[in-house]
Amino acid sequence: MKPFAYTRAESVAGAITALGSPGAQLLAGGTTMYDLMKLRIETPETLVDIQGLKALNYVDHSRPDMLVLGAGARMSDVADNAFVKKNFPAISESLWRAASQQLRNMATLGGNLLQRTRCSYFRGGEPFPCNKREPGSGCAALEGLDRGHALFGGSTSCIATYPGDLAISLLAFDAVIEVAGPKGRRTVPLAQLHVEPGDTPQIEHVLSDDEIIVEIRVPRTPSGRGSTYLKIRDRESYAFALVSAATGLTLARDGSVEDCRIALGGVGTRPIRATAAERSLIGKKVTAATARAAGEIAFAGAKPGHHNAFRIELGIRAVADALQTAKTRAS
Amino acid sequence: MNSIKVSFRLNRKTVDLVVDSRESLLDVLRERLDTTGAKKGCDQGQCGACTVHIDGRRVVSCLTPAVQVAGREVTTIEGVAGPDGELHPLQQAFIDNDALQCGYCTPGQIMSGLACIKEGHTTDDAEIREYMSGNLCRCGCYVGVVAAVRETARKEAGR
Ligand SMILES: Cc1cc2nc3c(=O)[nH]c(=O)nc-3n(C[C@H](O)[C@H](O)[C@H](O)COP(=O)(O)OP(=O)(O)OC[C@H]3O[C@@H](n4cnc5c(N)ncnc54)[C@H](O)[C@@H]3O)c2cc1C
Ligand code: SF4
Ligand code: FES
Ligand code: FES
Repeated sequence: MKPFAYTRAESVAGAITALGSPGAQLLAGGTTMYDLMKLRIETPETLVDIQGLKALNYVDHSRPDMLVLGAGARMSDVADNAFVKKNFPAISESLWRAASQQLRNMATLGGNLLQRTRCSYFRGGEPFPCNKREPGSGCAALEGLDRGHALFGGSTSCIATYPGDLAISLLAFDAVIEVAGPKGRRTVPLAQLHVEPGDTPQIEHVLSDDEIIVEIRVPRTPSGRGSTYLKIRDRESYAFALVSAATGLTLARDGSVEDCRIALGGVGTRPIRATAAERSLIGKKVTAATARAAGEIAFAGAKPGHHNAFRIELGIRAVADALQTAKTRAS
Repeated sequence: MNSIKVSFRLNRKTVDLVVDSRESLLDVLRERLDTTGAKKGCDQGQCGACTVHIDGRRVVSCLTPAVQVAGREVTTIEGVAGPDGELHPLQQAFIDNDALQCGYCTPGQIMSGLACIKEGHTTDDAEIREYMSGNLCRCGCYVGVVAAVRETARKEAGR
């Protein structure tokens, strides 16, 4: 590992100042950052440690209009939070179905949102070309093993999948993040946080080097209660998604759909909201046929590569199943 | 090299150490403090063999920079048995239920199991399996591991 200087931040303001030094990066739980430093893929000059900042570690459900999550809250604590489990089961499930309990005790929500791809050519380092790791070197996945790579949003430079689960459930519920930087605070809709690779796959999000995510806010909605996060993996637990679906429903008295949320994980270069599929269900009842049709609409634009087309049918069925679970919970 | 002084508690004793900012807690435990119970399986957070407790919560020590444990309480498998070496009920349950073969994953399994019971994630076998899934066992002793955790959780709850 490349040597680096270490500073523990005593406050958010202190962390922002420390991030001003060249090559400085944030360390929270370290489960992405320190892992990639060992692999010599992340090479910070300075690590600014915010893991211990109590000011970022909270869950606040006192507001009637929104659920507020501190960026430093641990995945395990939010997954087990009684309010979250009851009012946003999809958020709780997207957390406890991610990683392992050991990792969830370490990892923070802010770090989770900005975790990096699991593309093995990216993580593998030399001799594999990778535009994300080394801009201009090429992409080993395009003609290589792309079983886990993206079906949506890829470019001729990069087809790496965004691997996180939490961002998918948050996207379904129109979450926004609060960011603090040297010029003050700003709000970024989660839908605009991550960017597609285009010609610059090394750029993954819209935050600048000296900005810190401090808070995540999720508007409260009845669809939150009628929600689920279905994650399909190579093994039953402790694996990244082959495909996942966050769904949420609000039903009228007669069972027809008033509000529908569908977001897809494990298949895009960034989190994906399936708005056309959502619209297809409004005013209809959720049946095997309409749920399947919504899944087909969600995956209509999928662009498979060499080894990953099977995840289209898997994804269609995941959306359909997740809608049925949401329906049960919304009824 | 960036050297940093850290002071923390390891199995109820104070440790004062100068660490390199790059060192993992796992390496410090194994290479410098003579506590080799926590094992290095993958060094990438994927296997759970290095599981220890920090302030009573289970974590993987391979992805914990040692500098981050300053001021905190670390418990490893060496700190689990009683003062005269009497086994913790979960350690005994691992023996009784054949929950190990080669034993390499066992310290991590037991540290994880202790936390799993404390967290209350032991309602049924499915929940135990889910919350023990961060500990891989190459020998495939999963059935025994689940049985040992289940038995110990039930005894503790007086069921
Ligand atoms: C074996 C393994 C399995 C995993 N499985 C899953 C899975 O199934 N699903 C899943 O979703 N995730 C999974 N993960 C990823 C894990 O959830 C993330 O690594 C973790 O959530 C990152 O959080 P952290 O606090 O450890 O972040 P760090 O590693 O400390 O930081 C990650 C990145 O975010 C930046 N950062 C951290 N905090 C902030 C902040 N507040 N503001 C701005 N930038 C910040 C850091 O600079 C760094 O670039 C897995 C990880 C491992 C090692
Ligand atoms: S898909 Fe992206 S991350 Fe993977 S090798 Fe290609 S450029 Fe690198
Ligand atoms: S050695 Fe730490 S998880 Fe494998
Ligand atoms: S007992 Fe051999 S790896 Fe688990």
